[in-house]
Amino acid sequence: MSALAIHKEPTVPVRKYSKKLLTELYGKMVTIRLFEQTVESHFLAGEIPGFVHLYIGEEAIAAGIMANLTNRDYIESTHRGHGHTIAKGADLKRMMAEIFGKATGYCKGKGGSMHIADFSIGMLGANGIVGGGYTLAVGAGLATKLSGEDKVSVVFFGDGASNRGTFHEALNMAAIWQLPVLFVCEMNQWASTTPYRTTTSVENIADRCQGYSIPGYVVDGNDVLAVYEAAKDIVADIRAGKGPALLECKTYRIKGHFVGDPEKYRTKEEVQHEFETNNPITRFEEKVLKAGALTQADLDAVYKQAEQEIAEALKFAKESPEPSPEAIYEDLYV
Amino acid sequence: MKTITFSQATQEAMIEEMERDPSVFVMGEDIARQGGIFGQFKELPGRFGTDRVRDTPISETAIVGAAVGAALAGMRPVADMHFADFMLVCGDEVFNQMAKVHYMFGAQKTVPMVLRAPDGLISQAAAQHSQMVEGIFAHIPGLKIVSPSNPADAKGLLKSAIRDDNPVIYFEHKALFSTKGEVPEDSDFYVPIGKGRIDKVGTDVTVVSWSHCLHTTCQEVVKLAEKEGISVELIDLRTIVPWDKEMVLESVTKTSRLCIVHEAVKHGGFGGEIAATVAEEAIGMLDAPILRFGAPFTPVPFARTLEQAYRLSPEKIVAGIRKMF
Ligand SMILES: Cc1ncc(C[n+]2csc(CCOP(=O)(O)OP(=O)(O)O)c2C)c(N)n1
Repeated sequence: MSALAIHKEPTVPVRKYSKKLLTELYGKMVTIRLFEQTVESHFLAGEIPGFVHLYIGEEAIAAGIMANLTNRDYIESTHRGHGHTIAKGADLKRMMAEIFGKATGYCKGKGGSMHIADFSIGMLGANGIVGGGYTLAVGAGLATKLSGEDKVSVVFFGDGASNRGTFHEALNMAAIWQLPVLFVCEMNQWASTTPYRTTTSVENIADRCQGYSIPGYVVDGNDVLAVYEAAKDIVADIRAGKGPALLECKTYRIKGHFVGDPEKYRTKEEVQHEFETNNPITRFEEKVLKAGALTQADLDAVYKQAEQEIAEALKFAKESPEPSPEAIYEDLYV
Repeated sequence: MKTITFSQATQEAMIEEMERDPSVFVMGEDIARQGGIFGQFKELPGRFGTDRVRDTPISETAIVGAAVGAALAGMRPVADMHFADFMLVCGDEVFNQMAKVHYMFGAQKTVPMVLRAPDGLISQAAAQHSQMVEGIFAHIPGLKIVSPSNPADAKGLLKSAIRDDNPVIYFEHKALFSTKGEVPEDSDFYVPIGKGRIDKVGTDVTVVSWSHCLHTTCQEVVKLAEKEGISVELIDLRTIVPWDKEMVLESVTKTSRLCIVHEAVKHGGFGGEIAATVAEEAIGMLDAPILRFGAPFTPVPFARTLEQAYRLSPEKIVAGIRKMF
């Protein structure tokens, strides 16, 4: 395999994909989008505390990758983790409750937006430390290898995170031990207020794979089918024991770094332009409608269902109790 | 009982636990080919293979992070840190990942892993290879921390650490590896985490210590003090987190005097926590102010004379104790 390959648009005609798969991909993207919009508005209304980082505009990556994983596979997520968690199949109610800091949340209100996990579906946790997830994913990969299983362990990270030393230690370790780890870079152009070109010496993060002799791929991260296709091949290789790989998904961070970010570092026009030309959801809708693979009615049904699920999640979160103060000492040790 | 070295005792613990539980494995620098810098892994690769006894690159951060990840994926990793000083390279992995996963994620998952961290002074290894850092890690909630002073405890505590579902830092003093002591033959022998040990019963002053300075300095203190007719009760804390507060309070209630001795820098050291707790909870029992002894507030110096000045002096400690009466 070449050290860097560009994954082209999928050559498979849209019509050839099963309706089930297309519906699933769309459903995941729409659920993430609506979930994030709901979180955003409730954060701005002062109902959600802490920091919230939105995934809007990057939904195609989580949806496309996760469609190739099962609950037995592992993922390590980031501070921008809601999308990954939803796509991996987490319960929206428990997610929303956690974000609201409620006792019914995934982490009993001890984690919040940046620390959601669901170990029952292989979601090993979001990480508030940029670059904190790579080595954990490597460890999960090592565990898989030691126990002779064929689970894949996927770690998501931003372009900014690729400048952490952990990136290099993890890539090297995964490479020397040929571990079943997929590194997924969400190249959304920004690390907080800093554009990646000012902090990163390479054109593509995937170029760095050459330093570790592992394959690196680049894909259009706003095209869910392209991401799905790329991940399908790569995950199959990894599952077959060919060792780690990196997939860089080119996308754009539509929202501020966190909700409430004044965004003085870029223009509204730039963001507007990116959103109009690269919104993964509208791109998908146009594509499937044009190909006649799904009808507007199909799309509407998916959308409606997502809306309903999120309304229920919101209701659950709002009506749930806060943890009791005594719970502060619970669960420190086993 | 048989007499073996501290190093052999830790090796026996590893062998017994790896035989008992296939999910236990060990990784670190120079452990498989070399057998560990203190010989503490010598027999393991031959018995368990180089998959389960794994040489790593010099990537402390990835070693600890991978141990956390492997623990989350169902294994019980033991990671060797070569020298405790190097653990500061992977502060995030220890402080923010390993220590917090269980609490932060609402107890969905345990992190059953052990970090083995050889610490302390050996002959003139200077500032970056000699530190006692238990106090730094003791400040972080979520970790358990042990620090044995003899081969039996070394074995018993390592076995308990491996079996514990919490992350444990196992500090093993470099100068203790070659020391010998009696160790029970029974493979069911465990030393519970969190329980201190009365090394010597006494009536006049409680001396609390752990690790190498208990093995050397404090034994000398006991002898010198007894010569002067002062009876010392010496407590080996063994576990730093959670420490055996009850044992210390009980002893202080009996002796009315407390002296804490540790090799780490005194300033901000764990001795301060013990002193403060006893002051909070039992000050009325005390007939004298609490004494603390530790290293001066400097990095560990290299030159022989300077290192000697850095080391704890039994004579000084006894002089301090004398003034308590
Ligand atoms: C080690 C560490 N340094 C800095 C931060 C603060 N911080 C949080 S997110 C972020 C930017 C991350 O950028 P990137 O990795 O590209 O991910 P993105 O936010 O674009 O998804 C920074 C600097 C942190 N959380 N952790």
